[in-house]
Order: sequence, then structure tokens, then C-alpha cells
Amino acid sequence: MKNLDSVLAAYLAGWAIFFLYYVSVARRAEALRKEIDRLKNSLSRSK
Amino acid sequence: MLKTVAGAAILFVLIAFTAYLAFNYAPVERTMGAIQKIFYLHLPSAFTSFLALGICFYANLMYVFRRQAKWDWLGVSAAEVGLAFISVVLITGPIWAHPVWGIWWTWDARLTLTFVLWLLYISYLLLRSMIEDPDKRALFSALFGIFAFLDVPLVYFSIRWWRTQHPQPVILGGAGSGLEPRMRVSYLLVWVAFTGLMILLIKARYQLEAMRADVEELRRETEVR
Repeated sequence: MKNLDSVLAAYLAGWAIFFLYYVSVARRAEALRKEIDRLKNSLSRSK
Repeated sequence: MLKTVAGAAILFVLIAFTAYLAFNYAPVERTMGAIQKIFYLHLPSAFTSFLALGICFYANLMYVFRRQAKWDWLGVSAAEVGLAFISVVLITGPIWAHPVWGIWWTWDARLTLTFVLWLLYISYLLLRSMIEDPDKRALFSALFGIFAFLDVPLVYFSIRWWRTQHPQPVILGGAGSGLEPRMRVSYLLVWVAFTGLMILLIKARYQLEAMRADVEELRRETEVR
């Protein structure tokens, strides 16, 4: 089929944006989770 | 970790589902051929971005009137997700346009206003990153978000109000417009799947904002001690 490479490029680019965005949210959440654990630990030590 | 894997799995299923509809179920369009398949990514992304930015607009209004942090969290979450969908529209559009129009881009009303919309929500996120005080950040960004949303109806109606290179609407376009039944079903199902994806992403981003507030609270507590 003609222009199939353009169609595949569009779909790859589109889905890559969603995947990368989801990965960026998951990574930021993981970093915050670690920070929450660290702060909770330091609070419980200071009690 | 389990939530992340589950989210990624849902994304993968959505990709397979929408790809099946676009490439197997929907027929090949007679004039444009295979390139028209981009339609099933481009248009649902556009409508889903409007929905996400509508949620952002509502959350911004609610924050201005109620001053509750949850509306600020919802506002920024929906803005970021809306921006991701507009980015897909702005990337897939030129890839579709090039073989059909012979050009990647033109500054017609629809394309220009969509690009302006993208810039407005980038500015919304930049504005938030520049203000330290949480209350000021929430209020100023809510007011800016309300202003930014004014561009959404302009984008939507631009192809109805002005002569543009961008084609006239095929969905809700009035007499003479419309889609072949299998194309319509495919489009609607992809849009439902994208709306589900939008909800998944906004929910994940909202939890992030709630965790950020927890971190700020815990930091204050550790400073007091």
C-alpha cells in the first residue's frame, strides 16, 4: 500500500508520546514514594 | 510497581485494539488510500485533548471559587494530559498532510490556532514552575488556564468560520459530511479507548500531585522538629 511508511511513522510517534508520558509520570511517582519513605523514617527517628 | 505494570499493560491492549480497528476493520479510503488511516489516531486525539482541557477549565474555575487544593491538582493533571494529546495531533497532522497536500505545514486558521493552544498549555506549566508559593501558584495558573481554554472553541470552529487548507469537518459537520459506517464505528471505538486512556493518565498524574503535597507536608513537619 502507498504511504504505509508514513502511516506507521505517525502511529509509532503517537503511541511513543503516550508511553513516554506514562513512563515519566511513573518515574516521578516512584521518586516521590521514596522521598515520602525517607521523610517518614527521619520523622520516626526524631520522635 | 504493580500499578505501573498494569497501566502499561492497559496501554498495550489499547494500542492493539485501536490498530486492529484502524488497519483491519475500517476500509481503505478511496481517494487518499492508506494515509487516511492516520485519521483514527489524529481525530480521536484532538477530541480527547478538548475533553482533557475542558476538565482542566472546570477544575480551574472550581479552584477560583472554592480554593481547594484538589481542584488545582486536577487542573494541572488534565492540562498535562491534554498537552500530550495535542502533541500527538501536531505530529500526526503534518505526517498526514505531506503526501496529501504536498506540504508539511501551513499557517491556516486551524493549524495556527492548534499550535497556539499547545503553546498556551506549555506556558501554563511553565508559569506553575516559576511560582514557589503553592496558593499563588494555584490561583495564577487557574486564572491563566481559564484564559487559555478560550482557544479551544476557536480551534473547533475555525474550519467552520474561515476558509482553511485543513479539510471541513466529517464529524458533526452538517449536510454532505459523514463517514462510511465501519469508519464511523472504528472512529467512535477508538475515541472511547482514548477517553479511557485519558482517564488513566489523569488519575496517575493526580496521584502524583497528591504525593507531592504529602512530601511538602512531611518536609514542614521535619523542619519544625
